[in-house]
Amino acid sequence: MSQLETNKAVQMVNITKTFGSLVANDKVCLDIHKGEILSLLGENGSGKTTLMNMLSGIYLPDSGQIFVDGKEVSIASPRDAFNLRIGMIHQHFKLVPVLTAAENIILGLNENRLVDLKTVAARVKEICDRYGFVVEPYKKVYDMSVSEKQTLEIVKVLYRGADILILDEPTAVLTPQETNMLFDVMRNMKADGKSIVIITHKLHEVMEISDRVAVLRKGHYIGDIATCDTNPQQLTDMMVGRAVSLNIDRPEPENIRECLVVKDLTVLDVDGVKKLDKVSFTAYGGEILGIAGISGSGQKELLEAIAGLQIVEPGSSMMYTAKESDKAVELAGCNSMDIKKMGVRSAFVPEDRLGMGLVGSMSIPDNMMLRTYGNGRSIFTDRKAPKGMAEKVVEELQVMTPGLSAPVRRMSGGNIQKVLVGREIAANPSLLMTAYAVRGLDINTSYTIYHLLNEQKKQGVAVMYVGEDLDVLLELCDRILVLCAGKVSGIVDGRTAKKEEVGLLMTHLGQEAEA
Amino acid sequence: MGQLIALIQAAVVFGTVIMFGAVGEIVTEKAGNLNLGVPGIMYLGGICGLMGAFYYEMANPEPSAFMCILIAMLCAFLASMAGGLIFSFLTITLRANQNVTGLTLTIFAGGFANFFGGSLNKLAGGVGQINVAATSAAFRKTPAFFANMGDVGVLLSAFGFMVYLALIIAILMNWFLNKTSVGLNLRAVGESPATADAAGINVTRYKYLATCIGAGISGLGGLYYVMDYTKGTWDSDGGIERLGWLAVALVIFTTWKPKRSIWGSYLFGMLFWLYFYIPGLTRSSQEIFKMLPYLVTVIVLIVVSMRRSRDDQPPAHLGLPYFREER
Repeated sequence: MSQLETNKAVQMVNITKTFGSLVANDKVCLDIHKGEILSLLGENGSGKTTLMNMLSGIYLPDSGQIFVDGKEVSIASPRDAFNLRIGMIHQHFKLVPVLTAAENIILGLNENRLVDLKTVAARVKEICDRYGFVVEPYKKVYDMSVSEKQTLEIVKVLYRGADILILDEPTAVLTPQETNMLFDVMRNMKADGKSIVIITHKLHEVMEISDRVAVLRKGHYIGDIATCDTNPQQLTDMMVGRAVSLNIDRPEPENIRECLVVKDLTVLDVDGVKKLDKVSFTAYGGEILGIAGISGSGQKELLEAIAGLQIVEPGSSMMYTAKESDKAVELAGCNSMDIKKMGVRSAFVPEDRLGMGLVGSMSIPDNMMLRTYGNGRSIFTDRKAPKGMAEKVVEELQVMTPGLSAPVRRMSGGNIQKVLVGREIAANPSLLMTAYAVRGLDINTSYTIYHLLNEQKKQGVAVMYVGEDLDVLLELCDRILVLCAGKVSGIVDGRTAKKEEVGLLMTHLGQEAEA
Repeated sequence: MGQLIALIQAAVVFGTVIMFGAVGEIVTEKAGNLNLGVPGIMYLGGICGLMGAFYYEMANPEPSAFMCILIAMLCAFLASMAGGLIFSFLTITLRANQNVTGLTLTIFAGGFANFFGGSLNKLAGGVGQINVAATSAAFRKTPAFFANMGDVGVLLSAFGFMVYLALIIAILMNWFLNKTSVGLNLRAVGESPATADAAGINVTRYKYLATCIGAGISGLGGLYYVMDYTKGTWDSDGGIERLGWLAVALVIFTTWKPKRSIWGSYLFGMLFWLYFYIPGLTRSSQEIFKMLPYLVTVIVLIVVSMRRSRDDQPPAHLGLPYFREER
């Protein structure tokens, strides 16, 4: 065995995996070296997660070989993967909320007949001290923040003695500060001799953290390159297969007018806890207002309050002015039905596409009808108009669908989003609210969505864009409203604001610095 | 005082039937399987235990008490496990809808039990009812060691051994679920099978075992009903099914904690028999009192949902199928 091969922790050779007719991985070869941080880059549906799931024992490859430390192995279950010292931190956390941290860590290990949490806690502390984590062993997972849960996932994998760690989009839900902390931990683990694979599609993170980048496109392995020899533009071209402009358009706002004036908006949740606390701002027609914040800071409640889906407290005011008129109407205290009856044309693209936005088991035309079912005069439904609308959306937004009559849930996330945005835009809104409109979408589809939003902006629509990727918010939005624990911690200009500045506002540190 | 003791004794006997049913169903549901076939499984346990005892007593003119108990328990446990196995195969391997499968199992097993119960009656001499006297006596033999404890002793020693067995199983299951590694894994399977799977737990095996063993325990409730409650006879009056549904209600009442099923089942028994000790009730007003256990369950549900304690919720993945490669 040559020197080069002994340096390889894992070799995957000619791995193929199909789901029905879909080829998720086609003869993919990938090497993971010892003591490196490897970025696995690719668009959605390029097969990154599928490939790593085969390494962690979730899926079985249809064909191909896997070598760990030079020996051919078969990984049929997650247990086999642990035994080979491979551990994966999944994008959707694999934790049981009603159990404590320590209980989650020892799940499935069966080290002792009886559960001995004290010993576990001591060993957890050892791991934490070594790499610079904090985990409270007796805290229930349902009481944890997202970053605590992620830390717990990493500790869980380390507790099992993993030397090869796979992190699937670990930064998707973290603030910039939390991301930096995670990267520090990753560097500590690398210094300790561990191999780390990070799946991501955030290019600047790839550049910052990794030693080497491997690129997948549509299930094929495109190639690998040392991070220091490449740049974001080249990586994007590899990922997409052709040159793509990375810059998001930001046309100058024209003919600005007040569309929605929100004043002292307060919303309580069922327990009486303030989810929004005296939120005041103005959304202008002809501009995109970004809304940033750690997840759960009140973004959802804000959009739902405007859409009439939340009960607002007395004293709240939301004055809405339509595109063509100058008469303002009060939305506070109205439910969604009232708002519709008043002729308010607000469109809402909710975070939960298949829960609140569309009905998964219904076809595209049927989903189009959801908006207009009240318009018909006879007791029978009019299927022609929605069908025409569906055809138009599918054609204009290039929706990939097995057929108009197929249930929408059979489509990919990006196409589902296109149908939803298409329907909302077709209603010719004055106010367009989107929540995490590009979450889980690949670069191409994301840019299509950005383009659609910009089109609406040019037509004088007030666009509200709740986002999680600060780079996108800073490139797309004219102004950015930052929410922190239900309060507005600042409204900054998207053209001049710095990322760190927004990050600080998100974590409340901005206010403390002012005070 | 005498009346109170009588009420408590009636409540304990009644409660033991549903305690078996509920503890078995808790184990099943902790693995994420909502088996609404509990009444059916109790039917299976009852009729098969009875059949085993009947044939044993027919073949042996002088049956030994030990063999009576062993055969009846074994028949009841294995038949109930077979019911659990049918449910497991349909819902875990074939991923059929759990509600439909469970309800169908109840209907099937009810028919099965009453068919063979009727046949046994006929075999035993046509008009008369079967009576497995020796087995029933063995099941109803009261222990002697509480004898010299006065009133309390009378109360404690009034029951056959299965009353104490139910207590032991409930306590054991509570310990198993909360203190052992296997119990922890089992709870994880019911809460989040994908998590359990990624942690290296064999989800399918856990679900099968929990459902079959749970069904076996539930089935003992049916056996106890036949051997003690109705003293070794068979009635095709649907009594087992009625108690089976109460066992399902008791699972909710206990918020999926076996130790609460101990006092919960006795409380249900007290509430159920209360009408007997309240003077001046007519046949129709009695029925209103028999409703009390269900009413209490509804109240518990309301209280639990108002408190919204995360620890009193049903297993998060209860009633849902799991398939690893789903995407």
